[in-house]
This record gives sequence, structure tokens and C-alpha cells, in this order.
Amino acid sequence: MSRLRASIHASLLLLPAVVLLAAFTHVPAVRTFIGALYTTPRGNRPEVFIGLGNYRHLLDDPVFWQAMANNVWYAALTIPLSVILALVMALAVDARLPGRAALRMAYFTPTVLPMIAVANIWLFFYTPGYGLLDQVLGLFGVAQTNWLGSRDTALNAVIAVAVWKEAGFFMIFYLAALQTIPHDLREAAAIEGASRFTFFRRVTLPLLMPTTLFVLVNAVIGAFRLVDHIVVMTRGGPDNATALLLYYIYEIGFRFWDSAYAATLTTVLLAILAVLAAVQFLFLERRIHYR
Amino acid sequence: MAEIVVDNLTKVWSGSPAVDGISFTCASGEFTVLLGPSGCGKSTTLRLIAGLEQPSAGAIAIGGRDVTRRSPAERGIAMVFQSYALFPHLSVAENILFGLKVRRVPRAERDERLKRAAQTLGLTQLLDRKPAALSGGQRQRVALGRAIVADAAVCLMDEPLSNLDAQLRQEMRAEIRGLQRRLGMTMIYVTHDQVEAMTMSDRVVLMRDGRIEQQGTPAELYDCPASGFAARFLGTPPMNLLPAAAGAGLAPDVPAAAEGSIGVRPERLRVDAPGHGLTATVEAIEYLGADTLLTLDAAGAKLIARTDGHARHRIGEAVGVSCAAGDLHFFDAGSGRRVEANGNGCNAPERGEGA
Ligand SMILES: Nc1ncnc2c1ncn2[C@@H]1O[C@H](COP(=O)(O)OP(=O)(O)OP(=O)(O)O)[C@@H](O)[C@H]1O
Ligand SMILES: [Mg+2]
Repeated sequence: MSRLRASIHASLLLLPAVVLLAAFTHVPAVRTFIGALYTTPRGNRPEVFIGLGNYRHLLDDPVFWQAMANNVWYAALTIPLSVILALVMALAVDARLPGRAALRMAYFTPTVLPMIAVANIWLFFYTPGYGLLDQVLGLFGVAQTNWLGSRDTALNAVIAVAVWKEAGFFMIFYLAALQTIPHDLREAAAIEGASRFTFFRRVTLPLLMPTTLFVLVNAVIGAFRLVDHIVVMTRGGPDNATALLLYYIYEIGFRFWDSAYAATLTTVLLAILAVLAAVQFLFLERRIHYR
Repeated sequence: MAEIVVDNLTKVWSGSPAVDGISFTCASGEFTVLLGPSGCGKSTTLRLIAGLEQPSAGAIAIGGRDVTRRSPAERGIAMVFQSYALFPHLSVAENILFGLKVRRVPRAERDERLKRAAQTLGLTQLLDRKPAALSGGQRQRVALGRAIVADAAVCLMDEPLSNLDAQLRQEMRAEIRGLQRRLGMTMIYVTHDQVEAMTMSDRVVLMRDGRIEQQGTPAELYDCPASGFAARFLGTPPMNLLPAAAGAGLAPDVPAAAEGSIGVRPERLRVDAPGHGLTATVEAIEYLGADTLLTLDAAGAKLIARTDGHARHRIGEAVGVSCAAGDLHFFDAGSGRRVEANGNGCNAPERGEGA
């Protein structure tokens, strides 16, 4: 009897959270999957079931493929660069050096700033002619460049912003993990004659693997999710050179109001993320030592 | 071949010396214990010898070679840490082989040495386990394995047994001692447990506040403590120390010194009927099986006497306590140092020198 009452109480306590989650996450997600199977209702034209018609359209959509290719390149650069940079920064500020607290703060600052603010700062860096980047490069005689306006440089320019923003965040996780590695392991290795590099490769890196998995999952999600700076800096341009999947979804959904096609793209994006997460867990999990 | 000579070693931490000009020699193949209360600088001394800290002054030579400025790896030592310092992500075998791999010892020899070490320490069944899946005693063995597989002539240990229970500690004491003898290692072993020091060592270096209070064989330290501190630190229960005036009555013909203190080991006291030596009352009786400890009150001075078997006394009973004149030790009032030789065969030693 009291067990029953306890479980009723528990259910009631969980109810508000469940209602919120369902109303704002689960139901819309399911509606999205379903919506992808219909046409977009417009004016006096009601929606029509067309099965996989939207997906067929997607396969023929050159902008989708461009956004896909952009996103793959974007992920392939931001993920390793931000993770490696995070690890290097964490190792640097973990060492005993004067002023390391200030250095930690400095590395972490980009994370605290909103992405919109970051994007505006970088807009200034990239301004052709009198932007910071061109001014510095001008000292070495490099001609001025329209970093965000040129098809060749725009995507890499926004990648640099994302790496700058994300690395500090990942650094905090690496730093926390580094500080849990007991100091006497280093001393034991030193007595055995292990160089700093050997110690790093054979002890530090393996002990950081759980953190690396966590950071990688976050980096992958971030690579498909973080588009605020695209909105501020390039709006996908020039000529879709910086259109990422999520930004393309935003354009389809809220600029062209094609909700069914946006739902189709969303489903594809979710599928990609699910596959990537599963792959990471299955492949890395086995090679990780958890304490 | 692996004699360790520590010469006037000093380590200063932000103004205050943790190790203050100590010198001692640890002969090749000898088991030396660094003993002392918490914070006296034992670990610091050991870490200086290992090269994990840089000395502020002084020199360290191992095997006749000055290693003061050498890296830990160049000193030809193995070390067992109090926390064992096992690599948590590596199996027992990989932990033991870590150093050999780093030193690029050929595979066949590595396997051979691993097999031998595992057999010696009874780890053969555990080689594939991770440290987290081992008991404290097994981890201790793995740490020992890592030390002996290196074939280093010198082994340093910092309170290696302090995380084990009493039973296991006793077993490991004998095992470590046996291992050290068999392999002929020169051992420096840090502990604050005087029983470990007494039972395991060839030599004891007793430290206090960063200085050496006394060094010598366990018997020398026990029989001829160089100071009141040394007298109280070794032996359970510790030596009785009485004001000289109160203690003079214990034995006949003792020159009644006005100052300083008189020490006598509990097992040297004779407890008889009142009239012999000092008169005291029995305050407490602790029966330990083989013997019994009597806590006595002699006009305000507390004494502990060790008597055989069951006590024949009752609490509150008046007794006479006495001892032979040769069993008394005299200590200076100010410095606490031993002041004179008497019939017990000790010379008054210099500070920091063997008796
Ligand atoms: N890294 C350090 N920085 C500053 N002071 C230190 C450091 N390491 C040790 N000390 C100081 O040096 C003194 C001796 O320390 P040490 O660790 O050698 O003592 P110990 O004899 O090993 O004691 P225990 O039996 O408690 O381990 C202590 O007063 C300690 O506070
Ligand atoms: Mg210590």
C-alpha cells in the first residue's frame, strides 16, 4: 500500500518535467518526422501526404548537398582542432608556471562570451583593409583580403571562430581531468626513466580518454548545432559557401516558410547525429579506462 | 657497490628547513630505516635521495658516484611509494614492465624478468588484472614487483605498509626483509613505526625536526639511547623517564643528581614488597598474556613496569620498585642528551653519531 503511494507520489513529482519535455521536445520531434511526409500547406492548399517525396526532392537539391559538404568540412576541421587546442591549453595551464590562474581565465573567456558577441568581435578582425587580421598581415606585405566575402576563405574563416570559441570550453574539462591524475604517477615514471613525452603518451593520454570521449561527443554536436556566427557573419554566403545544415534548415523554415522540407532536413540532421554518437560510443568505449 | 652516502644534506622550504644538514652512510646491501615522528623530514630525505627534490645544500653519492645533480632515472634506484603509484589503466603485468619497456629491454628478457618477479611475489594469477581489482596487499606486491623487476641496486620505500591492516603488515615486513636480503639490495626504508624499524633494519637513522637524533643498530638505539627523545621513541611501552631526584632511589649507590632525568626500561624494573627501592602504588594493570604491564605511581612520578605472566598485584597495593644501577640512563636537563656512561656499557655518544 505504502509502496503504491510512494510510486504515485514519485510519478506526480515527475509529471511537470515530463509534461514540459513531452510538450516541447518529444511531441515536436514526432510531429517533425510526420511533417516530413507531407507537403507544406499554403494558403488554401491543404497539406498532402506524399510519402518520401520530400526526401526525393532533397536528393536533387544542390544547395542541400553543398550545405552537407560544407558541414562535413566544418566538422572535420573544428572537431580535431578545438579538441587538440583544448588539450594543449590544458597541459599548458596545468604546469607550474607564474600567473597560470590569469592564463586559465584568458583561455576560458571566449566560452563565457555569447556566440553573437564573439561573431561581432571576429567581424572586426576580418574586416577587409582595416580589420586586425589585414593590418597584421599588411605589416608583412600581404595584400588585403575579403576573408568573409570570398568563396575560398569564408568557410575556413568561420571555422576559426568556432575553434576559438569551443577550445576554451573543452580545456576546462581536460584541466579538471588532468588535476585528478595523481602526482606520484609522474614521479614513479620519472624514476623508471620515462621522458615527459613517454609519460604523456603512455599515462596521461590514456587516463584522459573518458574526457576525450565526452569532449568529442560535444564537439560533434557543436559542429552541427552552432550556427549563430553564420547568421551574424555571412548568412550562409557568399554563394552558399558557408551554408551549414542547420543554417540551411533555418533558411528553408523561416525565410522560405517551407515547413515540410525543413522537417525533412531536420530528420536527416538528427539521423546523422544519432549515427555519429553511436559510432563514437561503440568504437571508443572499448578503448577507454574508467576509474 | 651500491653504498649510499648522504653528506650534510639540507632542504629548505620557504625559509624553514625540513632537512637540516644530515649525514649518514648506508652500506651496500644494508637495510637502513629512516625513523622519526610525523613531519621530521623522513620523506623529504628519501625524495632527495631519489632525486625527486633538489637539495638546498649537501651531496648524495650512490655507489661512489656523486648523483646530487642527476635525474632520478640516472641514479639507478627503484622506489616504492606510500600510495603505490600504480598506473590505473595498465594491467599488473604492464605496470611491472613499464620501466623495462621505457628502457627498451628486449622482449624475451622482459618476459623472463616478469615471470620471475611474479613468481617471487605470488602475482602469477593476477597479471591481467587492473589495479582497481586488487586488494591493498596485492597492490603493495605489484608496487614491490615494479621495484624488483628493475634490478636496481638501491631500493627506496616510503611507508610502504601504512595502508595495510596489522596482520598483513606483519607478513609484508618479513617478506620485504627477505626479498631485500635475497636480492642484496641496498634499502632505505622510511617509517614512523618503531616496531618496523626494530624488526627490519640493519641500521636505524632516528630523525627529529630535520636532524639526526641518533643512528646505529636497533640494539644500540634500544640499549643506549642518545637522548630522552630516542629513549622514548623506541620500545613499547617507552622507557620510563623520571626527574633525577625522584629516580635516584631506584637503585643503590646512585649518585643523587639534582638535575636532569633518569630513564629505565619497563622490563628492567623489579616489583617487590615495599622497602625495596622506591615505594609506589599500583595504579593500573594491563594483562597482555605473556606479560603484564603495571602502571605505578611513586610519589607523583609515573612508572610502567613489565612483569612476567599474571600480575600478583592488586590495584591500590603498595609495592617497592627497583632496578640494577647499570640499567639506569642519565639525560641532561637542558639538551636531553645522555650525560654519562655507567655500568650499562654505553659511552656518551656525540650528537648524530653511532654509539
Ligand atoms: N612540498 C613542500 N612544500 C613545503 N613544505 C614541505 C613540502 N614537503 C614537505 N614540507 C614540510 O617539510 C617538513 C617535513 O616533511 P616530510 O614530508 O619530510 O615529513 P615526514 O617525516 O615524511 O612526515 P610523515 O611521517 O608525516 O610522512 C614538514 O614540516 C612539511 O610540512
Ligand atoms: Mg612522509
